[in-house]
Amino acid sequence: MPEITRDEVAHLADLARIDLSDAELDHLAPQLNVILESVASIRGVAEDDVPPTSHAIPLTNVFRDDVVVPGLTAEQALSGAPAHAQQRFAVPRILGDEQ
Amino acid sequence: MTSIQDGTRRTAAELADALAAGEVTSVELTQAHLDRIGAVDGAVHAFLHVDAEGALAQAGVADERRRAGKPRSMLDGVPIAVKDVLATRGLPTTCGSKILEGWVPPYDATVVARLRAAGLPILGKTNMDEFAMGSSTEHSAYGPTRNPWDLTRIPGGSGGGSAAAVAAFEVPLAIGTDTGGSIRQPAAVTGTIGVKPTYGGVSRYGLVALANSLDQAGPVTRTVLDAALLHEVIGGHDPLDSTSVDQPLPGLVEAARLGATGDLTGVTIGVVTELGGEGYQSGVLARFHESVDLMLAAGAEVVEVSCPHFVHALAAYYLILPAEASSNLAKFDAMRYGLRVLPDGVESPSAEEVMRATRDAGFGDEVKRRIILGTYALSSGYYDAYYGQAQKVRTLITRDFEAAFAKADVLVSPTAPTTAFKLGEKLDDPLAMYLNDLATIPANLAGVPGISVPSGLAVEDGLPTGVQILAPALADDRVYRVGAALEALLAREWGGPLMDQAPPLVEEGESA
Repeated sequence: MPEITRDEVAHLADLARIDLSDAELDHLAPQLNVILESVASIRGVAEDDVPPTSHAIPLTNVFRDDVVVPGLTAEQALSGAPAHAQQRFAVPRILGDEQ
Repeated sequence: MTSIQDGTRRTAAELADALAAGEVTSVELTQAHLDRIGAVDGAVHAFLHVDAEGALAQAGVADERRRAGKPRSMLDGVPIAVKDVLATRGLPTTCGSKILEGWVPPYDATVVARLRAAGLPILGKTNMDEFAMGSSTEHSAYGPTRNPWDLTRIPGGSGGGSAAAVAAFEVPLAIGTDTGGSIRQPAAVTGTIGVKPTYGGVSRYGLVALANSLDQAGPVTRTVLDAALLHEVIGGHDPLDSTSVDQPLPGLVEAARLGATGDLTGVTIGVVTELGGEGYQSGVLARFHESVDLMLAAGAEVVEVSCPHFVHALAAYYLILPAEASSNLAKFDAMRYGLRVLPDGVESPSAEEVMRATRDAGFGDEVKRRIILGTYALSSGYYDAYYGQAQKVRTLITRDFEAAFAKADVLVSPTAPTTAFKLGEKLDDPLAMYLNDLATIPANLAGVPGISVPSGLAVEDGLPTGVQILAPALADDRVYRVGAALEALLAREWGGPLMDQAPPLVEEGESA
């Protein structure tokens, strides 16, 4: 596995929407390399004809009857919201200046 | 019952009998456990939230039902604690994270709803590694839990709070969750019982997902019979969880009672070659081999089985788990619930800037490590080489289990490679921390059930060790039968349960 650089960690943090500080980046990058080195052994273990497993107990087409059951009220759904108004979640602006 | 205080030393099955016989009330029992929490939890810190008022109210109603001759279940009125990763309506649910500080869910997880339906008063929520990421409970944003056997040591993780609460006699029963060993490893290092049911055997609805293809809730107790009683309350099909298995549970309590005779005639036990030897503490291995010898003497046939791909389980797990976790934790976005942090010095910040600032402030180091790792494993260019390979290795591990279960009814190994280590010892060495789950991870990858049963104290440090018993998927009854047998055989050797050997915790108000 290629070495994961500090810049790559910064890019991954950006993709994951986490504002990592410089100190955190310095700390994380070498730790991630140690972990990645230890999992790199996975390459070449399985032949091409081995199917992947995503769930241990495979179930397909799980249906239930389409009946109306009580759900959360708007008040309940909003009860943990950092901010709400008019029975809706209130969020910071979602468009940038140029949009 | 000679005194109410004795109630905290008794098993859930004994308490259920005492309640049924009218020897004690649920209010008395609940208060006795609350008193114990008040006396020792300052030192142990197993609880993040104690709901004395709510628990006593539930106990009062349970007593009314008992008086009317209409208990809701055998465990009606027996108090319980719940790991803080399960949603509890009206009770805070933090997952050990700052990002959910103060969040009170508007609904109950199915496991919690079933506890309420069966009449168990919920004493509170137990501490855990943040979002169940860790093996020591030191990654909790609210401070670590301490091991009741030695307060300078870790109680295991991620469910260290549930295991420590049970080991400290603060509660007879607790709920844990196990993604890579988070029920079984804490059980091993605290001298308690922990069961990871078959994947899909207990509903995940309302369980805040770490890795949804691996997570499974299960019982944390001091006896195998208590675990079976609790498992029968929480288990079974749930239409709210699409991965829930639509089959009746096998008779778990019946299996535990059968096992308690200590007879293992006709049972074949497979010792897994790859789960032992290098990397395992000598005292842990010594106690493990003693347990195997006892089971052999009790009529079991013992065979050695090889599961060659288990050596790759840890690597597969640390690709699959972060990948799923990074997706699951994307929902903590500061918009609908939980923490919202505004970035410093930004006028009118955008939603995305708020999201970034919140996730930096709200997540701890280990969570960030795993989100970044998962994002990496899922990124194009690496996906096939790592995540895709890990999924294939998962198939090979499942095949190893199938081959092993063709030769043996159950598989056994030490639960954890070492006894409880000192607080802080592995905190900044992620890889050393990950190795704690070496023996428990294969069961999660294959979805099979497992139990950890105390096997004694390691000679070198006098700390508890555990034996893990694994069974094929949906054959959870086997782990109860063999687990109860081993428990009974060891109790005969020791003249009582291992917990009788635990040093007493100094209660507040007593002189040390």
